Amino acid sequence: MSTLMGDPGADGRFGEFGGRFVPETLVPACQELEKAFRSAWGDPEFRNELSTLLADYAGRPSPVTECHRLSEELGYRVLLKREDLNHTGSHKINNVLGQALLAKRMGKTRLIAETGAGQHGVATATAAALMGMECRVYMGEVDMGRQELNVFRMNLLGAEVVPAMSGSRTLKDAVNEAMRDWVAKVEDSYYCLGSAMGPHPYPWMVRTFHEVIGIEAHEQCARILDGGVPDVVTACVGGGSNAIGIFSGFVDTDAELVGVEPAGGAAVGRKVPGVVHGSKSYLMQDEVGQVLEAESISAGLDYPGVGPEHAHLAAIGRARYESVTDDEVVEGFQLLARTEGIIPALECAHALAWMSRAREELAGKTVLMNLSGRGDKDVRQMMDVLGK
Amino acid sequence: MSSVIGKFEASLRARRESGGKILVPYITGGLGDDWIETLHAVADAGADGIEIGIPFSDPVMDGPTIQEANDKALAGGATPQSILSAIRDSDIEVPLAVMTYYNIAFRAGDTRFATDLAEAGISGCILPDLPLEETGSWAEAADTAGIETILLAAPTAPDERLPLICERSRGFVYGVGLLGITGVRESLAASAMDIAGRLKAVTDMPVLIGVGVGTPAQAVEVSTVADGVVVGSAIVNRMLSGAGPDGVGELVAEFRSALDDASS
Repeated sequence: MSTLMGDPGADGRFGEFGGRFVPETLVPACQELEKAFRSAWGDPEFRNELSTLLADYAGRPSPVTECHRLSEELGYRVLLKREDLNHTGSHKINNVLGQALLAKRMGKTRLIAETGAGQHGVATATAAALMGMECRVYMGEVDMGRQELNVFRMNLLGAEVVPAMSGSRTLKDAVNEAMRDWVAKVEDSYYCLGSAMGPHPYPWMVRTFHEVIGIEAHEQCARILDGGVPDVVTACVGGGSNAIGIFSGFVDTDAELVGVEPAGGAAVGRKVPGVVHGSKSYLMQDEVGQVLEAESISAGLDYPGVGPEHAHLAAIGRARYESVTDDEVVEGFQLLARTEGIIPALECAHALAWMSRAREELAGKTVLMNLSGRGDKDVRQMMDVLGK
Repeated sequence: MSSVIGKFEASLRARRESGGKILVPYITGGLGDDWIETLHAVADAGADGIEIGIPFSDPVMDGPTIQEANDKALAGGATPQSILSAIRDSDIEVPLAVMTYYNIAFRAGDTRFATDLAEAGISGCILPDLPLEETGSWAEAADTAGIETILLAAPTAPDERLPLICERSRGFVYGVGLLGITGVRESLAASAMDIAGRLKAVTDMPVLIGVGVGTPAQAVEVSTVADGVVVGSAIVNRMLSGAGPDGVGELVAEFRSALDDASS
């Protein structure tokens, strides 16, 4: 186990961040979940069942692709961890299969999820269909508009998609609605949280289910780089699940870790601590503590908070966090499509945007980027943005 | 564990010792221009203590009524400071508690927020997203400032958890009447009677039930076991409907007389 990214203990702390700031009704549920996860993760049968599903159903391991034309364009060596090739089109399936198996083991019959871009919602609806469970997904009304294909996919998979109508009607509000549902239905329902955030044990559990990304990538890079590690490992950060997954494989190496946030949702970038959605972390808020609405071209990163372990990695200086504008993201999106024939999710285009901007700093280095999802879902939105 | 009995708890105990049932209405701070008059009307209608909501942008424990009230108050420019300063100038005799979410206290700083409450004449504080295990730094600051930290106890709590909550709670123990968020329901949930009985069995502290207590009849029903009730959404509904301070006062008076009739 990693020395820097270990077990956060009974109180769920990553340094000064994390914890379990939830209504009293949910405390026993979180405690029960923590106990169930500890037991499942220590049970070879559970681990084996999950590994089999990840291989035979989700298509793991995902490859690492050496990007010759992009490397030439940027002036340094680029490797992509291809989470976009997983079943359902993103890394989200790793966490969802783990949590759905756990829910079943706990005797729950109904999954609740929040979703931003819809990738986690689609993954949860998929797992629910696979395991014969009921599924309800909360999605901000604004996001339902900009990601209508994913809404339709969730419906096809048998899930009910409920619009979150309060506040900014985006991911933050979908989390509020999911938590309200969970408070009311805690006895038969399992809250399948989609990012490395929320009350303990979620940040730790979600990271653990995504560690497979880092473990695979570490081995694959060692093969490609003759036993070496990349100089830089980078990923986009909203709540931060794909980033925490790939960082976990390199946190104990010399690789520099760089998370990339949208400028309008840069919780780590602003470095103001706060408490919302169950944990203490960095949080975009006004001077009296009202949570601010994030603003990003990408629904999946349109979130004012960030997972607590990222706040910790930033606070101790082990990872650094950059932010990029929507315009830079649109450039990054097209860059990968043109040079490598891969259309990235808008979320991942944030990391590409930073990689493009930082080409002088990165000259001569080897950079591993986690391509956490494919961009099919964003094509319609990009048609409008690019005026085609 | 012994602690000094604060003003909020003293008022509740006085009602209980006189053989009556306790009524704590909830109103949303900063909702409309006349909310301080509403506060007076609620006090005059026979409240034993009043809970004042400080609106928060992401109230996960609250249903549609209180969410709407929150949004309207925030849109009208309500801030923790504006609410506290209006309370400070209000000369209300009935003890007051605020209910808000922890980020509001955390952002100000635990000590600063507790001191601000005390200076505004507030006796108690309810932070529904700060469960027992996370109360540490806040509760210490609140104790020092003389603010009673009221903890919630939910139907999901195993038996061994309830005495721990009662021991750390000040003012009263807030029994959550049902599995769910705040709001008026057609009938009282069985869980309300159950949690009231389980709490009464382990504590001498006043036990009030809130969440899902929306009519005088439901208040009377649950008070056959509990020491009294917290009534929120029903009253905020009345505020939102534009009934004005008098209309809200009338509703509180209905709860008061129903509870008085039942205990006489």
